[in-house]
Amino acid sequence: MIRTLRLRATFPAVVRGHRAMGTTAQLPSPEHAHGHLPSSTSPIISKLHFFNSVMEGGKQIPTYRVIDGAGQPLEGAAVPDIDEALARRIYENMVQLPILDDILYNLQRQGRIVFYMTAYGEEAAIIGSAAALAPDDEVLAQYRESGVLLWRGFGYDNVMNQCFGTHLDVCGKGKQMPVHYGSREFHYHTISSPLATQIPQAAGVGYALKRDPARLGKNCAVVYFGEGAASEGDFHAGMLLASTIPSPTMFIARNNGFAISTPSSEQYYGDGIAARGPGYGIHTVRVDGNDVLAVYSAVKEARRLCLEEGRAVLVETMTYRVGHHSTSDDSFAYRPRKEVEDRKRLDNPIVRFRLFLESRGWWSKDEEEALTKRVKQEVLAAYKKAETLPKPELKEMFTEVYGGEEPWNLREQREELARLVKKYGDAWEPWKSELKKHKGGGKDLLE
Amino acid sequence: MLKTLARIHRSGRRWQSTEVHPAPAGGHLPSIATSTFLKPTRDLALRTAGLRYVDQTEQDPAREMVGRETRKMNMYQAVRDALSIALTKDDTAVVFGEDVAFGGVFRCTMGLAEEFGRERVFNTPLTEQGIAGFGVGLASMGHTAIAEIQFADYIFPAFDQIVNEAAKFRFRSSGNFDVGKLTFRTPSMAVGHGGHYHSQSPEGFFMGAAGLKLVIPRSPIQAKGLLLSSIRDPNPVIFMEPKVLYRSSVEQVPMDDYEIPLGKAETLIRGDDLTIVSWGTPIYHCETALKMLSHPPPSLAPHVPESLRSAKAELIDLRTIMPWDVETIAESVNRTGRLVVVHEAGRIGGVGAEIGAEIQKRCFLKLNAPVRLVTGWDTPVPMQYEKFYMPDPIRVLDAVVETLTY
Repeated sequence: MIRTLRLRATFPAVVRGHRAMGTTAQLPSPEHAHGHLPSSTSPIISKLHFFNSVMEGGKQIPTYRVIDGAGQPLEGAAVPDIDEALARRIYENMVQLPILDDILYNLQRQGRIVFYMTAYGEEAAIIGSAAALAPDDEVLAQYRESGVLLWRGFGYDNVMNQCFGTHLDVCGKGKQMPVHYGSREFHYHTISSPLATQIPQAAGVGYALKRDPARLGKNCAVVYFGEGAASEGDFHAGMLLASTIPSPTMFIARNNGFAISTPSSEQYYGDGIAARGPGYGIHTVRVDGNDVLAVYSAVKEARRLCLEEGRAVLVETMTYRVGHHSTSDDSFAYRPRKEVEDRKRLDNPIVRFRLFLESRGWWSKDEEEALTKRVKQEVLAAYKKAETLPKPELKEMFTEVYGGEEPWNLREQREELARLVKKYGDAWEPWKSELKKHKGGGKDLLE
Repeated sequence: MLKTLARIHRSGRRWQSTEVHPAPAGGHLPSIATSTFLKPTRDLALRTAGLRYVDQTEQDPAREMVGRETRKMNMYQAVRDALSIALTKDDTAVVFGEDVAFGGVFRCTMGLAEEFGRERVFNTPLTEQGIAGFGVGLASMGHTAIAEIQFADYIFPAFDQIVNEAAKFRFRSSGNFDVGKLTFRTPSMAVGHGGHYHSQSPEGFFMGAAGLKLVIPRSPIQAKGLLLSSIRDPNPVIFMEPKVLYRSSVEQVPMDDYEIPLGKAETLIRGDDLTIVSWGTPIYHCETALKMLSHPPPSLAPHVPESLRSAKAELIDLRTIMPWDVETIAESVNRTGRLVVVHEAGRIGGVGAEIGAEIQKRCFLKLNAPVRLVTGWDTPVPMQYEKFYMPDPIRVLDAVVETLTY
């Protein structure tokens, strides 16, 4: 039984940053002002007044929503113009995520892969935004956004090969931990573990797009990050650069309530991430991240503003991290199981959208069964293929550290390892069995 | 006659003035002016070893020199010249950093914003981590990103972007992405009054970041050629410019587009008795020390044994710190049997330690003395004590004498 979640205010909360901030309720009106500072439109006032919120009267920035918990449009909401084909594609992509996550999470638990991160609960934020972008907008993600890559056609084989670190891992030849995907073909920059580093990089990517006559006005850089990563200095740097230089960069904050065990109440004191946007003078919106239609609409509009003005735009998607941070985390150590179960039940992004589709006659129970069965089969088939594949050739460990000529230290170290493998490969057990897992069994080193 | 005197008086010019002028902010090293390593004439400049013109058509270097022009430049003018060539020849090239638009605090970007426009030469807000991240993003898209970090002392906020991101960008994506087109330029080393935060040589911190290259020029000709090589090298490079040399090193510099190869040290003085390796400002102190070895001034004569005054030391400028030219150094030490490494950075974790370890491995049986390091002390650079902190000619001379007599 889904309890409908009602929200009175339905107006889109687009907060435009201005150099001359609007007055709050307590400030005297501009007619009583005493002019301005030189080269400034900041009005002079004679009453000492402190302010601490973006919205009037200390209220929080409102959250934009289109459909309620029963999949019904809110009064006054503008349902985005999506045809059935697009709606189904969005839904199917949302449904696939937890199915994929279930299988890979369990593979980690069984020791088949070493690590994994799920995206439970955030399917609407990820797929809704992915659907609103152009397929060649440059995406710089954090780690929970592989749905964007799958939306673009990455495929389960590539996912499996990266997670298993096989010799067919196109992302990085087994050099990085699982879920560190990347693809030039799909304009998805390779994930790195340090948080928020991608944020100022996105400002630079955006500038490259601006300087490229073939892409100016057509593409933007899109950077995803969590509300925890937004505490890093790199967040401030990235927002500052993209707003000031400026460059066409869209900032999408996934506010899912947790940074590992740290709840957002311990992450920031202000009104979330959205409150920071006006500090940089940029267009900002907060949206219900579990309402895929709201996310789609907001990101589409944000993208339009971003390209039109060539400047940073901030979208904060409010959602909830249903799963653990990663396979190295047990979130029930810091939050009650009931809280998670309630959230899954009461505000399920997939269910909300399904109800919307069904109300349009665009989905049925039979199709649901067929879809889940098909996705599961495809994922398992990809797993079966990847499971048997060997790791890359051992010599790959030394490749692509540098471009151009290989420096002497790497050449000598590779030769040193070759000598050691030749001498001890059969005699030293950890190496003996490990060599068998690599394509070529280490013999490639000896060439 | 009286009118002339009055005119001279009114013009404000004071004959035989005893006024003291403050040292320029970027420092001043007058001893460099007489260095034989700087090329004061066109002919000498064009004979610079290892210089490769980008438009070279002639196989014979001698014929190459015929039509080439040079111009007198100091190091900041040479850097500016290199940037101008990069911006002219590469439409994707952009130069950015704090205060670069008006010309830069050391004038390395004078006139570039006017010439190439504010879209290509622009100021960034005050954020080194932002500058570095922005450069990584730009370069990842195949654009030539030339970022300035105003002082090497302030590169540390960018350490994460440089070491965790830029250096690993190619490896972690197996070549799908790379930031080969990223170059950082940053003024480094001591000026005499810089203290903790305007004097550092941080190359030691970056040596371990596999995937990164580090380059340090000693002169205007070297700076221009090495900078153009760094910009065009398919790897992220940190180009550290010894700031005291910006104004103090002056020579005739070829005006054309030329490169000097990375990864290659240069032997400045040939000798068979001892090898000295250094880079940047201390190169000139080594030159002075060797002059004092062969012709010690009267006050130092008692400290330089007669038998040593005919010793011939080999002086090598490393130029590229990472990857460093181990072959040139090892070949030299195998011949001389003695090595002294000189650098301004502190002893622990400094580049000298890495060179020492590798050379003792390669030349162990040929060594006649332990590898000797002449470095800054392991303290932050102390303002009023700099003359005793930096490796100056007397410390190099002392190390050379001790190593020769070991």
